[in-house]
Amino acid sequence: MCSCFEKEFKGLYEKDENGIYLIEKTHIKSMIKCLNERDGFHFLADITAIDYLEFTKPTPTRFAVIYILRDKEFKNVITLKSFIGKDEENLHVESICDIFFSANWAEREVWDQYGIKFLNHPNLKRVLNHKEFKGHPLRRDYPIKQRQACTQTDDLMDEMTSVLSKKGYNSHDDLMFLNLGPAHPASHGTIRNFVALDGETIVGAVSEIGYLHRGFEKSCENHTYNQIIPYTDRLNYCSAILNNTAFAHTVECMLNITIPERAQFIRVITGELYRIIDHLVCLAANLVDMGALTNYWYLYNPREVAYDLLSKLTGARLTNTYVRIGGVAHDLYDGFEEDLKSCIKAIEKGMGDTLSLIEHNKIFHDRTQNVGVVSAKKAINSGFTGPNLRASGVAYDLRKTDPYYFYNSLDFDIAIGSVGDVYDRMMVRFEEIRQSISIINQSMKMLPKGDIIVNDKAVALPKKQNVYNNIEGLMNQFKLIVDGVRVPHKEYYGAIEAGNGELGFFIISDGSGTPYKVKVRPPCFPAMSTLPSILEGGMIADSVVTLASLNIVAGELDR
Amino acid sequence: MAVGAEAIFGNSIVTTKLNSAISWARESSMWPYVFGTACCAIEFMSAASSKFDISRFGAEVVRFSPRQADLMVVAGTISHKQVPVLRKIYNQMTEPKWVISMGACACSGGFYDNYTTLQGIDSIIPVDVYVAGCPPRPEALLDALLQIQKLQKKEESIIKDRVNKNFKGQLDV
Repeated sequence: MCSCFEKEFKGLYEKDENGIYLIEKTHIKSMIKCLNERDGFHFLADITAIDYLEFTKPTPTRFAVIYILRDKEFKNVITLKSFIGKDEENLHVESICDIFFSANWAEREVWDQYGIKFLNHPNLKRVLNHKEFKGHPLRRDYPIKQRQACTQTDDLMDEMTSVLSKKGYNSHDDLMFLNLGPAHPASHGTIRNFVALDGETIVGAVSEIGYLHRGFEKSCENHTYNQIIPYTDRLNYCSAILNNTAFAHTVECMLNITIPERAQFIRVITGELYRIIDHLVCLAANLVDMGALTNYWYLYNPREVAYDLLSKLTGARLTNTYVRIGGVAHDLYDGFEEDLKSCIKAIEKGMGDTLSLIEHNKIFHDRTQNVGVVSAKKAINSGFTGPNLRASGVAYDLRKTDPYYFYNSLDFDIAIGSVGDVYDRMMVRFEEIRQSISIINQSMKMLPKGDIIVNDKAVALPKKQNVYNNIEGLMNQFKLIVDGVRVPHKEYYGAIEAGNGELGFFIISDGSGTPYKVKVRPPCFPAMSTLPSILEGGMIADSVVTLASLNIVAGELDR
Repeated sequence: MAVGAEAIFGNSIVTTKLNSAISWARESSMWPYVFGTACCAIEFMSAASSKFDISRFGAEVVRFSPRQADLMVVAGTISHKQVPVLRKIYNQMTEPKWVISMGACACSGGFYDNYTTLQGIDSIIPVDVYVAGCPPRPEALLDALLQIQKLQKKEESIIKDRVNKNFKGQLDV
């Protein structure tokens, strides 16, 4: 899997019990370079850090940095870990921005959250927290409730000046500066794009995020595994169950349990339904951005039908909290199949109506084709995943490359684009809706009878009948609620294909019912970091459709 | 038996107070500005679309400029980074203005009791109606709109500013 790396650096690394390569900090850059160039690990999934201050096992130093990479087939994952700096002055590592574009914001986040410096980073400033923030919130000694007021918004001129001077603009006299966001109809939430305009052409762009940073990762460190599931709902609030599943799946891998087949299929069915909803919202909003409001109603109204079905099934429209560690919360209700059928019918109709309006529409083509183009190479180097990467022509889908549940026995295609423009990104999503419908139909046929949650007292809550009628059940319930599901010592990265792409969770457990650390790899974070470079050179009106086509959801972007 | 103007002109006119007449006109034509940040904004979209149809209550003209709006709907979590933006936009709205705090996060921080989340927008701007839920169903938002309409009926004068000038938020020193 990484033969060149193992040959060249023989003796310079150690593999720990979790399969993570422990390396010296001085070798980080050369090792990643070797993995990238010679072993084909051309995709950087994530960079994060760990603060071992309160860990139950002794570690060489307090902090460690983690790099997670994927290989050419997008199947194998390699995780590198390096313990760094005994004291504050030595808390730095070499930046790998020049190897991976996606490392830029990832390293900024580590600096922001943990205070680890990256040497030779082009722009090491905070990314999630505001500029008046003092300290680094994900350090274990930062109190969770220590709030810091922000009195002013960053004007971003420091970044803009350096962007413009690189392009040869030493004077700003002929330029117009414009903020798109954070409260702007085109910002789809709370994203801020700050652009410098020459006429209607964008000559420089800078993005700022973090306006919806709500401390997901810190909250996780203070809740039990099952309590985290409601938090995951609110990451990408357009596809709650997919987030639930990504988290639960990672924890189940750490527990080394396989959930019952029925539960797997239910997760597939509800997950694919959510993938459809996610795409519908993205497409509807994207079309509104180019003035095609009628399509919005065509695409949005089927979603209401789906929400009726989900409320019946889970009790909530948007934030379902349907998945539990070890399975799902309740079984499908009587009449689910008929409801699902009418739901799919509504979706197909909405999609058909929309496509009949736009498929051969010249205005639509002019607005979307060759706009916001991302090449395959750039997309991979920037950490794109999901429909955005597939639109650039890279057939990477975790459901195919590393199948989980029963995806390898389901018959479906991966839709890919050829240019990587807004048009491709939208059409890939339309095709994926069709494929998801097919997956749902196949899964409903294959759906077996049986349990919906594992039969394991250490993981699943006992039946209410037992809780009310015997002491053993009551104790079981009490222990699981108070202590949580105990996950053995492990450091693990797990990911599934969510609506937006690879949604990964890097979890560290210390044997208790609360995770020691949870790091999310949100699929739209790398896409957002690439946006300014896509916008530059384009028109201001195109920036709006380009942003919408990447489907940036602030909840998972800022966490 | 009618007296005064009504006695002369019959049923062709109605006498009322200017306050009531203007409030009556206002209540069915609220122009909302949606300060949507998170999940609640998605539910606002549902409230505005065909099934729940906020236009039944006259509030479908969603403005994207605070200067053209008189109802601010804060839908979603407000982080400390967002606070100066929220305050600035609120101040840009002209009188008379109303504020709906939609969802647990905007009302109280919700279950994000941590270093980055503002624990309720009423520590920054005055709020008229709070909507519970995480996120609230669209019907709950419609109910809040009806509450705002009720408030308008109670309003004493249309000449006076309705926002308490003595309100001091966290950022108003």
